[in-house]
Amino acid sequence: MASKNTVLPQKSQWKSKDKIRIPKKLKLTLVGSIVPLVLLVAWQVMSVIGVFESHLLPAPTQVLERIGSLVADGSLWGHIGVTLYRIFIGFGIGVACAVIAGSVVGYLKTAELLVDPLIQGFRSIPSLAWVPLFILWMGIGEPSKITLIAVGVFFPVYLNIVSGIQGVDRKLIEVGKIYNFTPLQMVKRIILPASLPSFFTGVRSGLGLGWMFVVAAELMGASKGIGYLLVVGQNTYSPDLVLASIVMIAIFGKLTDSVLKGFEVRALHWQDNFGKQN
Amino acid sequence: MLSLKNVSRTFNGGLAGFQNISLQSKKGEVIGLLGTSGCGKSTLLRVISGLDPDYSGAVEIDQEKIKAVHEKVGIIFQEPRLMPWLNVIDNIGFGVKQKTDKLSEAKAYIDLVGLAGSEKLYPKDLSGGMAQRVSIARALITNPEVLLLDEPFSALDAFTKMQLQDLLLNIWNQYRSSIFLVTHDIDEALYLCDRIFILRGQPGEVYKELTVDVQKPRTRGDEELAKMKGQILELLDLSKSEKGNQNEHNKVASK
Ligand SMILES: Nc1ncnc2c1ncn2[C@@H]1O[C@H](COP(=O)(O)OP(=O)(O)O)[C@@H](O)[C@H]1O
Ligand SMILES: [Mg+2]
Repeated sequence: MASKNTVLPQKSQWKSKDKIRIPKKLKLTLVGSIVPLVLLVAWQVMSVIGVFESHLLPAPTQVLERIGSLVADGSLWGHIGVTLYRIFIGFGIGVACAVIAGSVVGYLKTAELLVDPLIQGFRSIPSLAWVPLFILWMGIGEPSKITLIAVGVFFPVYLNIVSGIQGVDRKLIEVGKIYNFTPLQMVKRIILPASLPSFFTGVRSGLGLGWMFVVAAELMGASKGIGYLLVVGQNTYSPDLVLASIVMIAIFGKLTDSVLKGFEVRALHWQDNFGKQN
Repeated sequence: MLSLKNVSRTFNGGLAGFQNISLQSKKGEVIGLLGTSGCGKSTLLRVISGLDPDYSGAVEIDQEKIKAVHEKVGIIFQEPRLMPWLNVIDNIGFGVKQKTDKLSEAKAYIDLVGLAGSEKLYPKDLSGGMAQRVSIARALITNPEVLLLDEPFSALDAFTKMQLQDLLLNIWNQYRSSIFLVTHDIDEALYLCDRIFILRGQPGEVYKELTVDVQKPRTRGDEELAKMKGQILELLDLSKSEKGNQNEHNKVASK
């Protein structure tokens, strides 16, 4: 009873603190954008007065114009659509394989002994080294691109799932033992939720690698996609197109990551993290 | 009820753990296990709970030998060990098998441990005392006949500690389950227990058995209890440090 009474006023105190914090957050984003803005303005000025030659480094406004024209003639959405499609499929396959392999290896000691050394060995091969083989096997069509992305996504997700499962607090496992949980209940009710944080860490870094590999895959031969735009930009001597593509990659990489982050925040709202406090 | 016959569990080639412990609990009795740190108290509770099956001797509940976790046993650890992703009410219902009456049962226990109104809080928002209340409710919800507590209040401040000791006494009054309370707090043992076993040594052995013949609820400053406290202190620390000194003297002498 006494504890109930003391909790309520405390809560309202926190709320009022939160209200003060929101402008603070805004201030932080403002502070964070000072340097980029200054650089952007400097870049623009240098371009206008001719320090940067526009056939090598076009002004920000030119890059924006280029994006505008891509939007206007409607081709941008097609390229972005193809790239997003590739990344989603490859990412999905990579994550699915990693979840299955990671869960089995993390949970079963024998599976770990049998499979983990092999996977660790494969991990030390840079994924791009597989490209020639994939092309030999599957041609330069979609399958080889998607496989490359899936391979890139697989490793961070796999490693994080394994370490997440193996890092589950033994003390929590014992609570399950006290209630005579079956292995399945143990996985569902303790191990899975407890390893969720590291799963999200893995998935988010997997997505980052996915973007890296989708660009690599499209650079090595494609007729559509943002990576293809990069190649076109290079071949037609138009740095504005290259920069426009890079800006698009940055925007969509950030967007897809914040979608994942949204899921993460919602699924892990119970976590007591330093990062969440401010 | 619960009986231990010559139970031993040792580690490090017989240098740690406990050995040769025999005792019998009566129904509804509160037994205290008192001893300095490292004399095998937690190990003993783990053996009784069935978490550690590698012991020698016999642990029986109602003449039934246990080799795995028994459903008549509930345990409350030193740390609350709550699932951080579950709120208070789901944590309390964690061990309930049937989904249907999980919530209503959990509600009943929430009132019992005085957490009404905090059902939806997550462990990160709980104070140490509140978290331990949740873990008490979680252990009680399966109606254990034997309740094991491993220094359950040692991480709490003095006032919260006293509140929870009274809560435990209340619960014991209602359910009359047998309780094994491991503690290194002499006052706590004297306030709550009917019998106190004093463990000593490495590996730990029962050094002395004391019966506390004072009607419960007891007053904390009771004279009889104060006298017993002196007696226990003598049995535990003083004689031990003397012995330690003697050992050191011996070592020096043998050099
Ligand atoms: N699983 C284990 N393996 C090896 N040694 C252990 C194990 N569990 C406990 N011990 C040792 O047994 C001794 C008694 O531990 P414990 O029962 O936790 O003591 P207490 O709870 O009385 O403080 C300690 O010295 C500890 O290191
Ligand atoms: Mg202990």
